[in-house]
Amino acid sequence: MEYIISVKRRKRDEKNDYYQDFLYTADSENDTVATALTNLNLREPLMDINGFPTTMIEWECSCLQKKCGACAMVINGRPGLACAAKLKDYKKKKISLEPLRKFPVIADLMVDRSILYENLKTLALWLRRDVEREKDDPEIGTMLSEKDSNLVYTASECIQCGCCLEVCPNFYPGGSFFGMSTVPVTTRLLTEMPSTDIKEIAKGYMEHVYDGCGKSLACMDICPRKIPTDKLMVNSNALIFWKKRRKKDVRKQ
Amino acid sequence: MVNIVGAGLAGLSAAITLARQGVSTNLISVQPSERAQSVLAEGGINAALDTMGEGDSVSDHYQDTIKGGCFLESEESVKELTENAPQIVRELINLGVPFNAEKGKLVLRNFGGQKKKRTAFAKSSTGKMIMTALIDIARKYEALGVIKRYPNHEMVDISISEGKIENLLVRDIFSLKLLSFSGPAIICCGGLNGFFEGMTTGTTANTGNVQALLFEKGVEFANLEFIQYHPTTVEITGKRLLVSEAARGEGGRLFTNKNGNRWYFMEDKYPEFGNLMPRDVVSREMFMLDREQGCDGQVYLDMTEIGSDIWDRKLNDLRKELVDYIGKDPKKDPIPVSPGMHYFMGGIRVNKYHETNIKGLYAAGEAAARYHGANRLGGNSMLGAIFGGKTAAENIKKYDMPGSVKEENRILQDKSEEKNRKGLKGILLKGLGIVRTYKDLRYTVDEIEKLLLSRDMPEIDRKRAYLGLAMGRSALERKESRGAHFREDYPESSDEYRKQTVAVLEKGDVRICFKELLST
Repeated sequence: MEYIISVKRRKRDEKNDYYQDFLYTADSENDTVATALTNLNLREPLMDINGFPTTMIEWECSCLQKKCGACAMVINGRPGLACAAKLKDYKKKKISLEPLRKFPVIADLMVDRSILYENLKTLALWLRRDVEREKDDPEIGTMLSEKDSNLVYTASECIQCGCCLEVCPNFYPGGSFFGMSTVPVTTRLLTEMPSTDIKEIAKGYMEHVYDGCGKSLACMDICPRKIPTDKLMVNSNALIFWKKRRKKDVRKQ
Repeated sequence: MVNIVGAGLAGLSAAITLARQGVSTNLISVQPSERAQSVLAEGGINAALDTMGEGDSVSDHYQDTIKGGCFLESEESVKELTENAPQIVRELINLGVPFNAEKGKLVLRNFGGQKKKRTAFAKSSTGKMIMTALIDIARKYEALGVIKRYPNHEMVDISISEGKIENLLVRDIFSLKLLSFSGPAIICCGGLNGFFEGMTTGTTANTGNVQALLFEKGVEFANLEFIQYHPTTVEITGKRLLVSEAARGEGGRLFTNKNGNRWYFMEDKYPEFGNLMPRDVVSREMFMLDREQGCDGQVYLDMTEIGSDIWDRKLNDLRKELVDYIGKDPKKDPIPVSPGMHYFMGGIRVNKYHETNIKGLYAAGEAAARYHGANRLGGNSMLGAIFGGKTAAENIKKYDMPGSVKEENRILQDKSEEKNRKGLKGILLKGLGIVRTYKDLRYTVDEIEKLLLSRDMPEIDRKRAYLGLAMGRSALERKESRGAHFREDYPESSDEYRKQTVAVLEKGDVRICFKELLST
């Protein structure tokens, strides 16, 4: 099957964008956008649809199995992972690829997502309990309850790809609302923490997450890992605002 | 100030260990930890915690690891690894890794080459869960300025003077600027998948270039011939998709069709361990089926007898992945599988402190040749990465001093070319398959020697060719069969070769020698 891959391009350190079309013949019906980009870049030289030689398409890729989030981009107007986007699933044979719009573009489809990590730092999201326990400490290795463990597992599935921020009507870079990508981390940590530890996190959460979310829940539909963001948020809200906190650490200090 | 190259499990473990002791680190990686290869690790992590009432012990874990590694690992290193395993897993629980548990008790699963249940797991995304917990701890030290992350940065050179590391040259992938990092370094850049693009279960971000440039600078490598082929992988576009050993641990069975009937060949041939023999054995048996009368050679993994409850609680992500990528539901249909490259037991040669032959240069994780001998047991890789990172961190401290990061005013032109990588890969694959022969290995070595005569090659590709030659020659020189290295012309193990294969580049040529296992 033949496709036209239309790529929004930008050279490093330049500001002008332009679209460039490439003809791509899929090797198999399982070919994804990631396969197409990989194979196009193997061409020496890479030529556009009009036969003009051009430079390699810059994009990020790592695991090819939806587990790392590196290859997030906007595919036919919708953010998603290139490695999950099968070409055959698109009705039109012309597929457009654009970089995520809410992050600074480095070149072509490569964006700088460092704001994702910076925001997590600003929210002071880490366990307060970070001690190496003695070997004979009987409390070491106390397990979470099954319910909490499942919640932590679901939250830990977040790959920080940034797709949720892309579709969020409330998130913009530099704004005070940090977006849904911070919520899985918050949920995971709050589930692990005694109420005495959560003060700092609660403050940041109120200011940068709770207050800014317009509950459009567009993030829920777009998440490539299908993380139930609404459920995680409800959980974090409950733990922070409605005192539904555990009285003590699940694992005693 | 300590520099760490690679932000996967070993790199994070090293950074956190140093941070807890107040030592600053620069964590340099092509992708941030969130996208490291370690997040792909599935099945679990081994520790003799004996929560299943089977009387498991550290000594059992030790025995299985030594035996699984076909006696090619020093007893001392495996002893340390297995003794520390229970504490490492307990600490992970303490950091909030959601390991599977029942009634408040950690659940352990069966894994290959181990008779007792010893593998702690979080469904089949154990790597992702452990990485998430460690990233959350590292963030604290990042906020304190103790760990400085340099994601999207690639190590491109190293300078060594009088056998001691001086600095690392690093390229910012975004700005293309070059930075020079002074001081000691721990290399945690993963295995050598990058030499076999598209053929491994790892990530595409791993190029193997770091190892190639270290080798060219005289860093010793060990056991390069030992490449683990995981028995159950599936080809998807661009890579091999791993079907975790957990599938067999939870009851999956391998069969092939022989004269029209299902033949459960592993259960037939190895009544004790059955489908859970060590990976080298299973892969070799699968390879040999081609020669069996009445067999078409295709092997299937039958998981249809695994109960719904186990799918939901222990393997749900594996099932989703197979449905997504190959369109088959393993609960309903057997999955056609074949062996694929999965892990490199060999790598940078380190001593018990994880230091290389270059002072101040350390290595840990899959990048280092340690703990796994001739064949790694499932569940020991994450353990080795965490413990190795920790050990390297504890020992590199003695070189800690204020360091600097300076911008260099030049652009590096050297860039690997696809045609060179593809050429080298083809040559290596010929010799370094599951079953090896003198003829094929001779071909590999001769062809790489020819490649190296070419003057028209980027420097980095020349360095890659040297390391490729080291792999070929290591396999050619080891005239025996052991673990992942099976020679048809020398099918037996020989005590004479119960030694480390050491490869080093000297005066423009790759020299191979064999050294005693216990290296200090």
